[in-house]
Amino acid sequence: MPRWLAHTIVVILFAALIALAFSRVNYAWNWSGVWEYRQKLLQGFGVTVALSVAALVGSTLIGILAALLVGSKNVLLEAVGRVYVELIRGTPLLVQLLIGFYVVASAVGLENRYVVGVLVLSLFSGAYMAEIFRGGLAAIPQTQRDSARAIGLTPWQSLRLVILPQAVRLVLPAVAGQFVSLIKDSSLLSVIAVSEFTLAAQEVNSFTYSTLESYLPLAAGYLLLTLPLSALSRVLERRFRYET
Amino acid sequence: MLLDIRNLVQRFGTTTVLDGLTMHTSDVRALVLVGPSGGGKSTLLRILAGLDVPTAGNVAFDGEQLPRDEPSLQEYRRTVGTVFQAYNLFPHLTAMENLLLPLVHVHGLTDLEARARVREPLERFSLADHAHKRPAELSGGQKQRIAILRALVVQPKRLFLDEPTSALDPEMTAEVLDMIGELKDLGTQFVLVTHEMGFARGVADEVAFIGEGRVLAHGPPGEIIDRSDVPRVRSFFARILR
Repeated sequence: MPRWLAHTIVVILFAALIALAFSRVNYAWNWSGVWEYRQKLLQGFGVTVALSVAALVGSTLIGILAALLVGSKNVLLEAVGRVYVELIRGTPLLVQLLIGFYVVASAVGLENRYVVGVLVLSLFSGAYMAEIFRGGLAAIPQTQRDSARAIGLTPWQSLRLVILPQAVRLVLPAVAGQFVSLIKDSSLLSVIAVSEFTLAAQEVNSFTYSTLESYLPLAAGYLLLTLPLSALSRVLERRFRYET
Repeated sequence: MLLDIRNLVQRFGTTTVLDGLTMHTSDVRALVLVGPSGGGKSTLLRILAGLDVPTAGNVAFDGEQLPRDEPSLQEYRRTVGTVFQAYNLFPHLTAMENLLLPLVHVHGLTDLEARARVREPLERFSLADHAHKRPAELSGGQKQRIAILRALVVQPKRLFLDEPTSALDPEMTAEVLDMIGELKDLGTQFVLVTHEMGFARGVADEVAFIGEGRVLAHGPPGEIIDRSDVPRVRSFFARILR
């Protein structure tokens, strides 16, 4: 059986199961109320896309920096990197957002909640990216560095021509996976009243009292963003699979 | 090449790997280093190749001292070639790209000049048909031969070969050793670490037996391999040549 057929069958089965569940509870659908607010949902979707892209860039940069810190030979720098990564990975994003916005940002006079949102999200995701990058670099065998030195490459050339091209191939699938998480995690920005997709759905729900009609488009919207990324991640994984 | 090593010491933490190693060769084309594992052969070769700096001591090739600072060592490494046991090639590049990389990025040739430079050697060693392949698609012997070629096409003063066949099966070993033998006939100078005693006997101008971080015996291959008067050396060959 071809893969696409298997996937289609499984999707149909899942849909049937969910449809059956809905029919059992006799849910009274009312799409017209939500349709009135479609503009709001679309706007929220747009904000989520924008926030995610910004945090994606931010977390990549922070991730590279933190990976360098953690890998540093300087004990102090290494400690800074380690503490950052462990602190961020060990605490809920919700708490980080609340402290980041109501305490840290207020203290330094940063009032734009979108900026704060992107910053906190970048810091959060950056800790995971740091571990991905560090793992990627550590996975390049020492003989590759030796070979690069042996042919007379400078340290910078060795990084650019030998280490990074291999490390990037290694980490791309994991990075794509991290971006999927990042997009979904951005829904938590609703707690600091950033008008992104999830907050839009919450508001539409409170206006229309049509809970499922408000949240089902939310799920569909996130899938629209994350499914292509997951697919990309799998394609990259296949494409760069080679043995040494 | 005339190799002159004086009181070479290499320590890693509290472990002493080279313990005052001293050796003077005559003007040889092929020097082969043999001896037990952990005796210091590879450590010595890495110093000779300019990859590691010794804790103490001096090394001179043809009267020229090896530098100790990294910038000069990098310069030095560009004038020699080194091949390791395995994983020499960069897996994300094809065999051809592996050959071109040092020519273009280290020695300043244009892509066209570099391609012209590698064409003849690829033909000579029957590797032209494999040039478009990634290392993963090559056999172990082909990988090592491409690696040797990569070290060779930059026209180095000499090659350093660190057990280039010890990760290969016998057939591939023969294929790589044939190539090294041919290189010697073509006038290439090299220092080779190997466990292939039959080959060492044939190719070496001089053999040095390295053990316990020192040169325990040194001279023409027959003298060292077949009739050494050093008990440690004789027992080594008696065991492995049985």
